[in-house]
Amino acid sequence: MTTADTSSKQSLFYRLFFDKELRSVTIQVITMAIMIAFTFFLVHNVTTNLETIGKGYSFDFLWDASNYDINQHLIPYDSRSPHWRAALVGLINTLLVAVAGIILSTIVGFLLGVLRLSSNWLVNRTVYVYIEYVRNVPVLLHILLVHGIIVNTLPVPKNAMMAFDGTLFLTNRGFYTPKPLFEPAMWAVLIAFVIGIGFTIWFKRYAKKVQDATGKIYPVLLISLGAIIGLPIIVFFLAGMPVTLDYPVLSGFNFKGGLVLRPEFVALWIALSLYTAAFIAEIVRAGIQAISHGQTEAAFALGLKPGRTMQLIIIPQALRVIIPPLSSQYLNITKNSSLAIAIGYMDIVATIGGISLNQTGREMECMTIVLGIYLMFSLMISAFMNWYNKRMRLVER
Amino acid sequence: MSTEKSHVVGEHPDMPPPVTEVGIIGWVRHNLFSSTTNIVITVLTVYFLYLIVPPMLNWIFIDAVFSADSRDDCRAIAEAAGHELGACWAFIGKRFEIFVYGFYPVEERWRVNISFIMMLAALIPVLFDNVPHRKLGLWYSLITPFVICWLLIGGMGLTPVPTDKFGGFMLTLTIGITGIVGSLPLGIALALGRQSDMPAVRMICITFIEFIRGVPLITLLFVASTMLNYFLPPGTTFDLLLRVLIMVILFSAAYLAEVVRGGLQAIPKGQIEAADSMGLKYWQSMRLIILPQALKISIPGIVNTFIGLYKDTTLVIIIGLFDPLGMGRASLADTKWQGLSTEIYVFVAIFFFVSCFSMARYSLYLEKKLHTGH
Repeated sequence: MTTADTSSKQSLFYRLFFDKELRSVTIQVITMAIMIAFTFFLVHNVTTNLETIGKGYSFDFLWDASNYDINQHLIPYDSRSPHWRAALVGLINTLLVAVAGIILSTIVGFLLGVLRLSSNWLVNRTVYVYIEYVRNVPVLLHILLVHGIIVNTLPVPKNAMMAFDGTLFLTNRGFYTPKPLFEPAMWAVLIAFVIGIGFTIWFKRYAKKVQDATGKIYPVLLISLGAIIGLPIIVFFLAGMPVTLDYPVLSGFNFKGGLVLRPEFVALWIALSLYTAAFIAEIVRAGIQAISHGQTEAAFALGLKPGRTMQLIIIPQALRVIIPPLSSQYLNITKNSSLAIAIGYMDIVATIGGISLNQTGREMECMTIVLGIYLMFSLMISAFMNWYNKRMRLVER
Repeated sequence: MSTEKSHVVGEHPDMPPPVTEVGIIGWVRHNLFSSTTNIVITVLTVYFLYLIVPPMLNWIFIDAVFSADSRDDCRAIAEAAGHELGACWAFIGKRFEIFVYGFYPVEERWRVNISFIMMLAALIPVLFDNVPHRKLGLWYSLITPFVICWLLIGGMGLTPVPTDKFGGFMLTLTIGITGIVGSLPLGIALALGRQSDMPAVRMICITFIEFIRGVPLITLLFVASTMLNYFLPPGTTFDLLLRVLIMVILFSAAYLAEVVRGGLQAIPKGQIEAADSMGLKYWQSMRLIILPQALKISIPGIVNTFIGLYKDTTLVIIIGLFDPLGMGRASLADTKWQGLSTEIYVFVAIFFFVSCFSMARYSLYLEKKLHTGH
């Protein structure tokens, strides 16, 4: 008893360092103290430094005129617009290239992933070589290379390369296509499209109910396609094709009218998509390979047709493996779009984090905005991932 | 002569397999033309390759000019030979030294060469475990980075070379290897911190990892190049290359931490409990039981992160350091060689492909070697 007493009495100091539980408290207190001291040190430095050169920390400059032009803006913008509008234009440009890249890279990536698994030796090897080349070369190099090829090898607008019978002009000033101009009757088509989607959702539930009750299977896919695509097309023709195309016309040294995809946008879009597609292809291949062949055999043994097996057994399981890394690739494409600055595409980093920063000298504020926006993207994607993982988790006993 | 022969019953000799089933013909039939879809796919691929590969080979080899004094010279040579000009590799040849050494002073370049050889020698004992005297070799590998650092920067008997003279492939290797060496221990520490039982430590690690992973490297490099002075005590300043190195290390450490965490999570809890019951302390059980297994599982991810880091070294051109891409673009300013950007990009792409592909191959070899399971 006495020994135990003395040990617990002398221990307090001793135990702070050698007792397992108390030591963890000690370590945590010390780490927190260091962190707080470090943060305080940084904040103190920043405030003194800013004071020395007479700068404050305020976002008032965002309402000053920006005094620079942005060549690609989807919302009205000119050099008299304030900085916050420049930031918004940049953000929209970032989102535009990210979304376009996500769509193209998903399509190409899934295609490559499936081809990589093909039993055809030639296809399999060709895709393998392509994927290895793309994955082992920096994305910045891809962007510069594609941009260089567009700017250096495509002809000037005067002798533009024509594709698809005059509907697409390839020039070193950008790609020109006819711009669809919608007449008011186009609303009817849009409404038909929405109705089609609504009908599909209802029909899917109805078909499942009928199948559960009677075992009868409706051709859901065909009917849904008919509703979503067929209905708007019928309405489109009934309304008398309410679309006119504004063709690009060569005038002087460049094209006028039509829809223009600028070379920077095209280069960034294609390079990012092809780069990310190679990674997606590997993810898709791994996902499909992760499903054991026994699953297919079991489905066949139950009498499911190959199409139903794919749709009901293989794809849902493969998606569980594919989606998490896929969403982080989507986040990567968004972050990699910041390399736009190397070829002069005006994204968020190039506008508020580039020209605005240099003009106003507000490094702290501008970088806070840029970092904040990217962090927001990343938090949104990880929130989606957590939600998805929770939903798709294997339910075990 | 009749092809039919008569044999004694039960002594029919083995016939060779049909020609269409073995050899080249059999292989082609099975791999390329086994079904209608397959035939269509094969034909399409061949056509596609026909469209892409011959022009590329033409450009790189057949129509290319390998020695000339300027771009016009290249064009003249190609015209004299009666074909269009492909790649003008003469440019790369003439500027080769600048691609390798950057602005490093000519009379001091032997130091870079020695460093490169020392680095290769230091890699051997780290990468392969069947070399003789590996233990001694590892000690050598441990001190090499410091010697190389001294050789490159100078001082203590050598002429000092400021780091803004670093450039070309030498800069890529400097950033890449420092990043790899520095980020591995930090990444492991962060992963352990994230898995720790102590909420304060865990929270700090999670905040750091998620912040770094949430923003693009280029914005961090901007912070390093333009804003870092604000965070330092007034009057202090330090080298741009060092700032970049620190940012690159922090950046890939965060990614490595996530990879290692995956490995740690895959180790069954029984392993930790067993180590505890053997009386091992935390660091002992980590060092002897948990980490060797966790790191083994996460090798592919770790090497992928390294490859990513190595490729990301190209981003430094955006904040004004001159890696091979930057050197190339700078030498394009020379009117003699204008418009040859594609040659530079292809050349640098080959360099990166070779280094990254060999890293990936090494990781496969390591995986196979360490695979002791079933």
